[in-house]
Amino acid sequence: MKQVQLLSLAHARSGDKGDAGNVGVIARRPEYYPIIAAALTTKRVKEHFTGICHGPVERFELPNLHALNFLLHNTLGGGGTVSLKLDAQGKTLSSAMLRMMIDVPEDLAI
Amino acid sequence: MKDSIRIASGQGFWGDLLSAPLDQVTKGPIDYLVMDYLAEVTMSIVQKQKLKDPRLGYARDLVSTVDEILPHLASKGITMISNGGGVNPEACRDAVLEVARRQGISIKVGIVTGDDILDSIDELGAAGAPLKNMESGEDLAPVREKVLSANVYLGAAPIVEALRQGAQIIITGRTTDTGLTLAPMIHEFGWDMRDWNRMAAGTIAGHIIECGAQSSGGNYMEDWRSVPDMANVGFPIIEALPSGEFFVTKHAGTGGRVSRGTVAEQCLYEIGDPRNYITPDVIADFTTIHLEDLGDDRVRVHGIEGRENTPFYKVSMSYSDGYSAFATLTYAWPEAIDKARAGDAILRARLERLGLQFDEILTEYVGYNACHGPLSEAVNPDPQEVMMRIGVRSHDIKSVERFGKEIAPLILTGPPNVTGFAGGRPRPSEVVAYWPALIEKTRIDPRVKIEVVES
Repeated sequence: MKQVQLLSLAHARSGDKGDAGNVGVIARRPEYYPIIAAALTTKRVKEHFTGICHGPVERFELPNLHALNFLLHNTLGGGGTVSLKLDAQGKTLSSAMLRMMIDVPEDLAI
Repeated sequence: MKDSIRIASGQGFWGDLLSAPLDQVTKGPIDYLVMDYLAEVTMSIVQKQKLKDPRLGYARDLVSTVDEILPHLASKGITMISNGGGVNPEACRDAVLEVARRQGISIKVGIVTGDDILDSIDELGAAGAPLKNMESGEDLAPVREKVLSANVYLGAAPIVEALRQGAQIIITGRTTDTGLTLAPMIHEFGWDMRDWNRMAAGTIAGHIIECGAQSSGGNYMEDWRSVPDMANVGFPIIEALPSGEFFVTKHAGTGGRVSRGTVAEQCLYEIGDPRNYITPDVIADFTTIHLEDLGDDRVRVHGIEGRENTPFYKVSMSYSDGYSAFATLTYAWPEAIDKARAGDAILRARLERLGLQFDEILTEYVGYNACHGPLSEAVNPDPQEVMMRIGVRSHDIKSVERFGKEIAPLILTGPPNVTGFAGGRPRPSEVVAYWPALIEKTRIDPRVKIEVVES
């Protein structure tokens, strides 16, 4: 196995749902999807967002789009105009997710 | 019945690219132009406007946009559908009719009302609709006196009725963005509104274009460098078929891109459980979306399924919840992070010594870790500059005002190499909090009114 950054396997888009950030992760190639789906458990994502996500993480699969969707609860400082955060709408959570290092087969073509 | 209809997005939010509507009506053929003006907080803003002046309370930019594009709407038979009516669709309609008269153009303008329940909250509560917070379960009573706006998200049906009555410009209050796109499909193709798969298809088409160019090359992570000519980005267009299948595309000769990647990213935007995307019209299943990239900025979307809608409307309410203010100062190399942190510590000590009351104070260091917090790598522990950004929130306006006066002094009474204090003293702005609720559809009466102006 080797370690690669999720950024090389996937692209992502994030937004807000109240005080939760939603992060959609889309495999860059269909063959990456099973690897990403196996690696991105709710536990792993919650750990990754330590200090950012203060609530539970929900995980959903969209195999039709080779994608996963995550809801990161209690992440946006109250959301909307209540939040004092620079990124009160969670628009940069997408690239934050893609910092994650993932184990992949040694011979996987990136 | 037409073989297909073209529904173009002219705006993803109030504040979006002003040139987009005219581009959509001039750079190629379209049948419908849909435009979204209402973020969560917008209703509270327009309610305040209407309180000060009963002739206001709608998105005035809508009227200037109509002034610009009306000749094209009329000559090309394009129907414009928008929620820019805010809390005064009547006044918005009157202003649009005035534009038409001035231009000597005959047009049918229809409005949809019935979404505004601000004056009915207590009556509804007494009748068994308490409008509890649907996320926290809390009762409305503690914030009742501070409620600023209350609007039901209406679905496609009243817009379909306005189309049936021949309206060429439709102005609504609060409706779902997706309903703006679904309604023309129902109208043109005679869809049964209990045909859940078709309702879901139209809804998902609406989701894909409701944020404007965010599905045609904007905010595109997969390969942003390769997207051509974003300065002249073409906003997306849905080419819909009676079967429920549709294509996402844009006008030829415009910048941007429509591809599997751009559409997929927008499909994943602001959704929760993809199997249960709930609107007043349907529960759409995003796990049934199938994308086929046909090249040349054209993506086929098919296979969409949906399930029966719920008996509820979602209610979007807002209430005033204190005041906030923000300030920034920029510290330059060397030791920019340490100097910024020291500036923050000095400021907080002064705020505390003054006995000011804040519910929250938040400091972030832009250029260091403001976006990604603990995930930010310390690759450059001595950056060129760091912007200290500090925000406060309080129910005591005087505390927020005094905070605003404590920023400038830091320039001469704090750490060195500080700059970036243009723009004057930060002033308090009202915090408008969001209160989502559910209400039985049977309690709401959406109305459609059409008025024709003849030139």
